[in-house]
Amino acid sequence: MRTLAAIAVFGFAMAVLPAFGPTDFMLSFLTLMLLFAYLGQGWNILGGYGGQFSFGNTVFFGAGLYVTVITQVQFGLGPWAGLAAALLAGAAVAFAIGWLSFRYGLRGSYFALITLAFAEVFRIVANSIAITGAGAGLQVPLDPSPANLQFVGREGFYWIILALTVGSLLLAWQLERSRFGVYLIAIRDDEDAARALGVDIFRTKLRAIVLVGAMTALGGAFYGQMFLYVDPHIAFGVSVSVEVLLVSIVGGMGTVFGPLLGAAALHTLSEVARETMGDTPGLNLALYGALLVVMVMFLPKGLFGLASFSARRLLKGWRS
Amino acid sequence: MLELRSLSKSFGGLLATADVSLAVPEGRIVSLIGPNGAGKTTLFAIASGFLTPDSGSIHFLGQDVTGLPPHEICRLGLVRTFQVVKPFAEQSVRENILVGAHLRRAGHRDAAEKADEVAELVGMTGRMDDLAGSLTIAGRKRLELAKALATEPKLLLLDEVMAGLNPTEIEEIIPVIHRLRDSGLTIMLIEHVMQAVMKLSEYTWVLNQGRLIAEGSPQQIARDPAVIEAYLGHGLAARIEAENRANA
Ligand SMILES: Nc1ncnc2c1ncn2[C@@H]1O[C@H](COP(=O)(O)OP(=O)(O)OP(=O)(O)O)[C@@H](O)[C@H]1O
Ligand SMILES: [Mg+2]
Repeated sequence: MRTLAAIAVFGFAMAVLPAFGPTDFMLSFLTLMLLFAYLGQGWNILGGYGGQFSFGNTVFFGAGLYVTVITQVQFGLGPWAGLAAALLAGAAVAFAIGWLSFRYGLRGSYFALITLAFAEVFRIVANSIAITGAGAGLQVPLDPSPANLQFVGREGFYWIILALTVGSLLLAWQLERSRFGVYLIAIRDDEDAARALGVDIFRTKLRAIVLVGAMTALGGAFYGQMFLYVDPHIAFGVSVSVEVLLVSIVGGMGTVFGPLLGAAALHTLSEVARETMGDTPGLNLALYGALLVVMVMFLPKGLFGLASFSARRLLKGWRS
Repeated sequence: MLELRSLSKSFGGLLATADVSLAVPEGRIVSLIGPNGAGKTTLFAIASGFLTPDSGSIHFLGQDVTGLPPHEICRLGLVRTFQVVKPFAEQSVRENILVGAHLRRAGHRDAAEKADEVAELVGMTGRMDDLAGSLTIAGRKRLELAKALATEPKLLLLDEVMAGLNPTEIEEIIPVIHRLRDSGLTIMLIEHVMQAVMKLSEYTWVLNQGRLIAEGSPQQIARDPAVIEAYLGHGLAARIEAENRANA
């Protein structure tokens, strides 16, 4: 109940924020931060709750991104058809990867590697075929109107991405109190114990990855609508894969608010770094790497773990 | 209720189960004993679908379940516990039991009610919010039993749920198992604690080096000098006799 209240307060506060006249820069910053909180929640469902660490979630993101752009540019269909197609594509790719990995019981680093490999294969293919525009990529013509899912101001996507993020928080909250979620966590903690209690490991993991594939692809599709451009590197490079797992780990794996906290922390940090040190290429990744090491060493439960720990300490001190 | 027909299983060169046939009657408490490495746990693992036998077949409630995966066998009503207990250590006792309870109850509230009911039955009501990893050995064994019970099984395979418990703790758990049987559950247990076998089980199979070497009531088995001398060893024979005298 407290979690639900916190989600409601967060959603409301963020929703009315544009009324206070934030700058365009601020809105863009928040939109991207929220998008990664959302994409991070996708990683968190399979990785944080389910214990299956993917290193290649960009394969879903990129599939959604390409499919929306391609339906518009190559097939002349509208963005709404593109979104639907992106959802299906994400789910289908996830089903294929999940089926292959989980049927053959790939876990731990093997699962991580196979997701990474899939993303690489997709990048190479996207780089070399005509329908994706190969290395040059594809551009959606600029024509702002709600029907085209393009907006003049920054608020449009800000609100859409905020809605996705709030939806993903609710999803995680609901997951924790559903059979599917209980099974997923059980699998993370001990597969044999779960099997003995009647948990169908394969089915549960497959459902999880398909859910994650669909939601991540939807994020990719909206990313495409925001920037109206896709190329193989944006879609299938390593950065999205790394960032979604980082926001979850930094924020707190297997918690409702972990990815949101992680995204806020990482985006603030990289913005500060950019302001102080300029646009050095690769700086972000180096910074993220360093942060990851620090988190794993000193705060294995993430920021959320730290926050709830200090809250408990405070409460204790206040009571006594 | 459970029928094992000529089961064999080997690990490399080692014959862990050798042509074992037995039938567990419904509504009873029966047991499986034998020295370390006799193949008791292996037999449970085969019956519950964790291992596939090299030959032979498993029949549960009249259905051939050979080769079915564990979760399907569990759904049919056969559940095992693990000798080396497997708590979901990072989760609370309640969350642990919920995993089992969800097998036949999709709704969260419904499953939570079942979890409470089972906790009451095994005497863990006061521990529901403790982390499973923080429990004592006795607590973990109870939890192992609770998780299995939450799946609402018809046949319960208990692998040494009393090992590592002190005599008081054993005295506490024996009536729990009796109550389960009285509620209609069939129970098969593996035990080294002879006191428990004598008190609980109505029929016993003796396994040695993968082979069944004797069967009968625990009293018959305990008096069987061949079993004692040849397979259980002098130490255990002396203990059984001492216990028999104590119980007499
Ligand atoms: N997965 C496995 N791989 C190889 N050998 C195994 C495996 N599982 C069991 N064994 C061997 O099979 C034999 C029977 O083991 P099992 O665990 O069934 O015995 P047990 O009767 O349960 O013994 P204990 O009383 O010590 O629990 C042992 O020699 C054991 O080392
Ligand atoms: Mg054993």
